[in-house]
Amino acid sequence: MDRHISAPVGRETAEELRAGDYVYITGTIYTARDAAHKRMYETLREGGDLPINIEGQAIYYMGPSPAREGRPIGSAGPTTASRMDKYTPELLDLGMGAMIGKGKRSQEVIDAVVRNKAVYFAAVGGAGALLSKCITSSEIVAYEDLGTEAIRKLTVVNLPVIVVIDSKGNNLYETAVKEYRKI
Amino acid sequence: MIRTVQTEIITETIKKMCIEANYSLSSDMVKAMRKAEEKEESVLGKQILAQLQDNLEIAASDMIPICQDTGMAVVFLEVGQDVHFEGGSFEDAVNEGVRRGYTEGFLRKSVVGDPILRENTKDNTPAVIHTRIVEGDRVKITVAPKGFGSENMSRVFMLKPAEGLEGVKNAILTAVKDAGPNACPPLVVGVGIGGTFEKCALMAKKALTREVGKHSDIPYVRKLEEEMLEKINCLGIGPGGLGGTVTALAVNVNTYPTHIAGLPVAVNICCHVNRHTVCVL
Repeated sequence: MDRHISAPVGRETAEELRAGDYVYITGTIYTARDAAHKRMYETLREGGDLPINIEGQAIYYMGPSPAREGRPIGSAGPTTASRMDKYTPELLDLGMGAMIGKGKRSQEVIDAVVRNKAVYFAAVGGAGALLSKCITSSEIVAYEDLGTEAIRKLTVVNLPVIVVIDSKGNNLYETAVKEYRKI
Repeated sequence: MIRTVQTEIITETIKKMCIEANYSLSSDMVKAMRKAEEKEESVLGKQILAQLQDNLEIAASDMIPICQDTGMAVVFLEVGQDVHFEGGSFEDAVNEGVRRGYTEGFLRKSVVGDPILRENTKDNTPAVIHTRIVEGDRVKITVAPKGFGSENMSRVFMLKPAEGLEGVKNAILTAVKDAGPNACPPLVVGVGIGGTFEKCALMAKKALTREVGKHSDIPYVRKLEEEMLEKINCLGIGPGGLGGTVTALAVNVNTYPTHIAGLPVAVNICCHVNRHTVCVL
């Protein structure tokens, strides 16, 4: 089913989404990938605050290529989400509403998605040029020294994603593949 | 006769090749992607493959890299034994080409200087350089920027000789199955069989640079390539890992003599952004 939602993604919205839904996201999202996650995790261990208010936010696992002059961003597709699994349950428990990435998640992440009524979306891996067209502004808000891995605040318009893990724990990677498996 | 080649030409050529590889795919890959869209049976799979077609067009027309992971630069060099380089260090010239390409070409700098300390080198150097001395007075350069979503899902298996061809088939299927959606299917699967631990991995990488659709000259290897492509496409993984009948575009296998006690197999997985560009100087 095709849906249009706005970001930040509240719990009510996430709860309505089902694995397999084709979703267009419009609004504000944040990027964070390996190094930013590690730093956020360490900050929390030291008793510090996260650099952004994560409540209801959608985090896009993405590190863009450099922007050409006059453009908000370069190529901007998703990176493999499982590398963030170690840090994810804690962020979900702190209120993170949604994640956008690609690839499988651990059972701990799936449990945390269900527990917190969140959602995991996949964007199409390797479609960075196309996806960059949905990003109208980009601003580094934390960890600038990490370069492409800095935390960016993005404005997106109709960013196309697919619900892979929904708040009930349905997992499209498992159900869809079964349908076409012949061996 | 010794032929002199200026290292500056190596640098400038590699710069251009890094940029070219990241903005447009070679014609064999473009053709394979079109065919994939026709063949795919899943509606969502077809939609994803159509998006990937659009992505390739946007990348070329608007000069946006096909994928934000513009890779670690893998450079194969076949250097004729009658070539003499002038103008400084050969490997420095290669790295300088990568540095210029990634900086001037607005490509992502994805290389950290140490695997544990992990500080970004900020210019995507060093490259991974494989040089071979061959006959003649030419320099053949292949630039293959490799993304790590798929690199991370690659495997080496040290099989027992008794496991034979069946063991090889299982190894390939296991690697692809485990890669699942993580490696950005549809994939190109490079396989190296034989040699030593490192030789099979290198052969698997080199296999990815072979033109898609071109098969091995060895009859049983060709049969293996065809059979494995069919089997992989029966796994159901599909485009984006969201189910479908096109999980791989090609399986390219290279072989080499090996030891009486061994059967090394490497499976180097590449996403649909299988970048490889060749130039002969």
